[in-house]
Formats: sequence, structure tokens, C-alpha cells
Amino acid sequence: MTGIEVGYELPEKEFSITRETLIRYAGASGDFNVIHWNQRVATEVGLPDVIAHGMLTMGLAIQVVTEWIDDSSRLLEYGCRFTRPVVVPDDGAGAIVRVTGSVTAVDDDVATVTLKAICDSVTVLGKATARVRIG
Amino acid sequence: MALNADFIGRSYPASAPYLVGREKVREFARALGVTDAVSLDVDAARERGYSDLVAPPTYAIRLSMAAAEAVVMDPDLGLDYTRVVHGDQRFEYSRPIVAGDELVCTVTIDGIRSVAGNDMLTTRADIATTDGEHVVTSYSVLVARGTDGGSA
Repeated sequence: MTGIEVGYELPEKEFSITRETLIRYAGASGDFNVIHWNQRVATEVGLPDVIAHGMLTMGLAIQVVTEWIDDSSRLLEYGCRFTRPVVVPDDGAGAIVRVTGSVTAVDDDVATVTLKAICDSVTVLGKATARVRIG
Repeated sequence: MALNADFIGRSYPASAPYLVGREKVREFARALGVTDAVSLDVDAARERGYSDLVAPPTYAIRLSMAAAEAVVMDPDLGLDYTRVVHGDQRFEYSRPIVAGDELVCTVTIDGIRSVAGNDMLTTRADIATTDGEHVVTSYSVLVARGTDGGSA
């Protein structure tokens, strides 16, 4: 990977999250917290509806980076804050999360990618950054 | 409710070894909609130089959260787990997790602080092979929301 400069924009991706996505992720990850599948409990604890696992959104967002570097052994670090929940209504459409990424620093052979994940015009991941080896 | 600050720096014995299963990697990749054959097709993974299927980068949470949960449930810590949300997550990788890895996880409580009525607990989970090769370190901030509410 050569010629990577600050400002480089990675190909963006759009993810659809439905109740089925949440149930699949719960099973695959072992995270069975009821707020991710039970509307009654979610609303009882003050949420507008069932919400996606933060780790699901995090796991989707990094695909913008892994598809770009094409080898996850180049991934050195990945972190984010879970700033806003992704609300997943049972309406057949679910939620759409759009993820964009751009290179915000290059230091020798390591690039920092800053990711933005937007759902319903709201940023759902904060300070989402990945450091990748580009040399 | 303040957390017991005596827990800062406390380390816990390594978890029992976790064998990364090929079908578990495949299932996790499919749940995330991953299309890269390196996580789905063993031959493709081997052509790329891996011994078996490559787990997606966030797979490490399976190990780190399970190990951290045992720690944060310690009644002496004083954390009300029913009010806990995952605030922040970071991974530092030495290499990707690959099916067939046998991994152990060692959890340390890195920090405890209180911000705007919310208790915040930072845990570090060092994940290594049973032979001692470091694979990934997972840093998680767990937030116990104050009883007066706060954002989800």
C-alpha cells in the first residue's frame, strides 16, 4: 500500500440492521442482554425500542478498513466510544448505518483512519479510529 | 455509589483456555455480514498464509467480556451490573485471532473513576496463546449509570 496520504477517503459502506441481525449477532457473540431483543424490557429501562449491540456496530464499521487493507494482520489498533444507541424498530426495515472513513494521520508506515458511523443523521460511534500498517 | 478504589491495579488469574472453533469464526463473520473469504473458506485462508479461518477483529470481545464479567460481578467491587453499559472499547493487536488458537485471557482493573454521577471502570484483558504468544489486548470502559438517569 503506497501513496496513502492524509485526506484519503476509503470506500464507504452501508449496513442494514434488522431484528434478525441482532438475533444472529447475539447468538454468534454470546451477548444475550435482553435490551438487544426484547422490546418490553428495552422500553421498561427507558430506551425508545430494542437497540443494537455496540459491539455489532463496531464490528460492522471496521469492515470499511479491513476491506480496504485486504489483510487484517495490518490492523494494529481499533477503538471507539459508544455515544448513541442504534435503535432497531420491528418495522421490516430496521436501521441503516452508513460508515465512512478517511486517513487522518500518516506516521512512517502506520496510517490512522478515522471512521464515522451515522444512523438517522446521528453519529453513533465516537472517536472511532483504526491504526493500520501500510508499509 | 462509589466503586471500591482498592481494586485499581488488581489482576485476576488467567481464564481457562478458550479454543477458537472454525465454525464459531464462520458464524461470527456471517453475523457481521463479512464477505471476505479469509473468514469463511479454509482454502482461501491458507492461500493467504494463515493456518485456518481468520476471525473478524472484534471477535476478541467474546473472550475479554466473559473474563471481565467474572471480575465486575465481584460483590466487593460494588458495581451494580444492572446499570452497566459499554462506554468505550479498544483493541491492540499483535496478530489476528485464527481458528485453532487456544487462548487465555488475563484481566486487570486499570482504572476506576466517577464522572457526573456515573461510575466508570476500565478493564484491560490481555489475550495470549497457551504458549504465551500475545495476540490482542482489549480495553473496555464499563459505565454504571447513576440512578438519576443519563444517556444510554
